[in-house]
Amino acid sequence: MISVIELLNTRKVFNMGKPNEFVAIEGVTLSIEFNRVTVIRGPSGSGKTTLLSLIGCMVRPTSGRITLADREITSLPERFLTEIRQKTFGFIFQQFNLIKGVTALENAMLPAYPSGERHASLKKRALHLFDLFNISQKAASRVEWLSGGEAQRVTIVRALINNPSVIIADEPTAHLDTKLSQEFMEIVARMKAEQKTVLIASHDPIVYESPITDRVINVRDGRIDGSVR
Amino acid sequence: MGKWIERQRNIIDFTLSSLLRKKGKNISLLCVYTLVVLMLASVMFFVHSIKKEASMILKDAPEMVVQRMIAGRHELIPLAYMDKIKNIRGVQSVNKRLWGYYYDPVVGANYTLMVPDHSDVPAGNIMIGRGISRVRLAFPGDTLEFRSHDGKIITLEVKKTLSPESELVSSDLVLISEDDFNRLFGRNRDSVTDLTLHVKNPRELSTIALKISEILPDTRIILRDEILRTYDAVFNWRGGMMIVILLGALLAFIIFACDKASGLSQEERKEIGILKAIGWETSDVILMKFWEGMIVSLSSFLLGILLAYAHVFFTSSMLFEPVLKGWAVLYPQFKVVPFVDASQVVSLFFLTVVPYTVATIIPSWRAATVDPDSVMR
Repeated sequence: MISVIELLNTRKVFNMGKPNEFVAIEGVTLSIEFNRVTVIRGPSGSGKTTLLSLIGCMVRPTSGRITLADREITSLPERFLTEIRQKTFGFIFQQFNLIKGVTALENAMLPAYPSGERHASLKKRALHLFDLFNISQKAASRVEWLSGGEAQRVTIVRALINNPSVIIADEPTAHLDTKLSQEFMEIVARMKAEQKTVLIASHDPIVYESPITDRVINVRDGRIDGSVR
Repeated sequence: MGKWIERQRNIIDFTLSSLLRKKGKNISLLCVYTLVVLMLASVMFFVHSIKKEASMILKDAPEMVVQRMIAGRHELIPLAYMDKIKNIRGVQSVNKRLWGYYYDPVVGANYTLMVPDHSDVPAGNIMIGRGISRVRLAFPGDTLEFRSHDGKIITLEVKKTLSPESELVSSDLVLISEDDFNRLFGRNRDSVTDLTLHVKNPRELSTIALKISEILPDTRIILRDEILRTYDAVFNWRGGMMIVILLGALLAFIIFACDKASGLSQEERKEIGILKAIGWETSDVILMKFWEGMIVSLSSFLLGILLAYAHVFFTSSMLFEPVLKGWAVLYPQFKVVPFVDASQVVSLFFLTVVPYTVATIIPSWRAATVDPDSVMR
């Protein structure tokens, strides 16, 4: 199996040198395989989100190395990290993080705006994705008028708009009921079928017990506590 | 280049949607901003136009005017003085001038009555300024009645109205024939209001002025350049006064704008975090904020300039007419001819648009350097 992301003895300390210093990730060594659905499972505060942030180039490790397709990314300047984040990763956040007051369509198109792609072709692609996720009728609605499930589909479209190879989802089912959570896993299956690598942080059994999930990594107190599958 | 334009277009698109979310707040900001630009630009346009108009009219004015003074007051000057002045070397010509003021109780306005150099106003006729034409609704062919010094009514026919280019000085002007002037004021025919001079060499102006004051010590000499300087000083002073008054409003606006532009709310900070998390660079966020500042300030600036143009040149500066005009004899309303100084418009642009745009960018630049993972936590 080809590894797309590798972490080597990675450590992340927040507020270093201050009285409120705390170690979020301690000595994590991990490989995430290409075109597989990997779930990071653990209780609240175990370091799942920090691990996703490190992998998604949102934050740098305090020590250790992270490689993306054999390219060392730990020491890259901010500009390159942003570029990687834009082209390689699509993010689905726990709180959806949609921009209020703006339409669902515009929210979904936002990650592609700085690329300078023609507005018309970008809109066409976004509308195609809206169609794919059965929310075309909500494209012109403001995001605050959407239901939880609809809002999440918009965040999924937003994550896919730049056609990334890796999808990172942080507690994606935290605000969804059982039916919507199962629907989300069906969408994940579709992503996998499209050769995407999916990385999910969750402690929801619907996610980590799903047949779609290839691998579950347990995290506790910032350390890897073994893989289940 | 195409990508660069598309990137700007996309970001402007989002900025507009973003601004429209807070319609009430942004429209009120736009209104206050426009009002400030309107006020400042109106003062600038008015003062510049009135000065320009004055200098254009005075260009053809005599180089020197000689008036007789008695006990510090202007008196009629005897015609005998003309010969004495003519004999001074360097004087090309001396002409007499007849003028005076007439109070019209019908409209409560003072008119300036003047006999023109060349007798193109026949007896029984007058030419009137646009201001008088407006207030008395008098047009060529109409008649106006004047009450003479001995209480008799003199009826004069309007031959034509004077051109709008000279409205600054001609608004309240009545050009009248010498005979009618004499009938109206009962003038002593041996004297005139003042004398005008043309000299052969303008460099000799001060020497000739000195000679006149030596030969005729009871006279005062007014040079054209002095009149121009007076116009300049008077309107600069008035414009300055207006700016000082407006400064209060400007300060209030600056405080309002700084508060609006610099204080990023928690929500705005979160939004910047989201944009960074989904792949926007710090420079993209700054670009967005730059367009936000530009859209608000540039549209206010352009709107303010257009309104100021309409205000000054179409409504005769109706808002602060009493402060800026108020010229002792200019009771009738007059309209200034449009003259716009590009350098003043550019200065106003740099004083209004640039500071606001910078004030919008700086705080967001600080927020945009925050780690994008803040939205994950």
